[in-house]
Amino acid sequence: MPAKGWIEVNEVYCKGCELCVSECPQHVLALDMGRLTPKGYHPVMLIGDGCTGCGICAIMCPEAALTVYRETPQKVSVAA
Amino acid sequence: MDTTLSAQIVYQRPQSLTEATMHYCPGCTHGIAHRLIAEVMDEMGIRERSIGVAPVGCSVFAYNYFDCDFVEAAHGRAPAMATGIKRLLPDRIVFTYQGDGDLASIGMGEIVHAAGRGENISVFFINNAIYGMTSGQMAPTTLPGQKTTSSPRGRDVETMGYPLRMAELLANLDGAGYVVRRSLHDPKNIRMAKKAIRLAFETQLRGLGFSMVELLSTCSTNWGLSPLESLKWLEEHMIPYYPIGDFKVADALKEIKL
Repeated sequence: MPAKGWIEVNEVYCKGCELCVSECPQHVLALDMGRLTPKGYHPVMLIGDGCTGCGICAIMCPEAALTVYRETPQKVSVAA
Repeated sequence: MDTTLSAQIVYQRPQSLTEATMHYCPGCTHGIAHRLIAEVMDEMGIRERSIGVAPVGCSVFAYNYFDCDFVEAAHGRAPAMATGIKRLLPDRIVFTYQGDGDLASIGMGEIVHAAGRGENISVFFINNAIYGMTSGQMAPTTLPGQKTTSSPRGRDVETMGYPLRMAELLANLDGAGYVVRRSLHDPKNIRMAKKAIRLAFETQLRGLGFSMVELLSTCSTNWGLSPLESLKWLEEHMIPYYPIGDFKVADALKEIKL
């Protein structure tokens, strides 16, 4: 099962430049044409499933607007 | 033992950047360069003893974006100012952040002599082949044939000369310890640029002399292209003239594995 990830977009910073959109290996990023940021740009958003949390969008982002998360399995000891 | 899924942060905004929103145009690679320097400062834990020197140009407000000590230099004089700061406070990490108008044009004398003296400072040089802040005039790094507002028929090398390759030029000087060129047009090259920024700071920490990382950047507004087309233009036109590579790496740096 591929790792499941997601991103959070800080709309104060995002300027809708789409550098992350073109580099996303899973093609799950697009501009949200229904929203405007305080600066007046359409912010980026996740479309559909498939984000693996690889972080390539954050490497491209000139504004450091993205926070990338990934779900990782963690062993938890259960008290008997 | 049970397995549960927990959310792990893969990437978040570096602490060495302030909360200020940057004034750069959408897609400007100045932001990527700022971010990489901030990430490296975080990783090395040097933010509290770093002093940056801001240039004149688009990045004139760099002091608003880095959460470390910063001073603003007169146009082109950042290496001279950094020299003074580093000599007075040798335990600090001193870096300059300069564009091609600041470093390769008005500040040509300062940068060459700072490198020649082997000043123990790090220079981050943003080369986007145009003057950004003043609305797209020809820079010393403008490519032959490139149209700008002051070379509307393209740069004619017969009358306007050839572009300057600053990394190659400074690498020839004995005072230089680490001089490389990197690009900011795709994830692979951005990762390589981050390593180079790290090595530039390592050069300074080890006292190996002058270090410079030239970063090929875009200026979508003045090139008249979209941010995505600009990355493509950089790859197709700038990299053939400004090859990515290491032009001077001090022997002591070759052992560092990142």
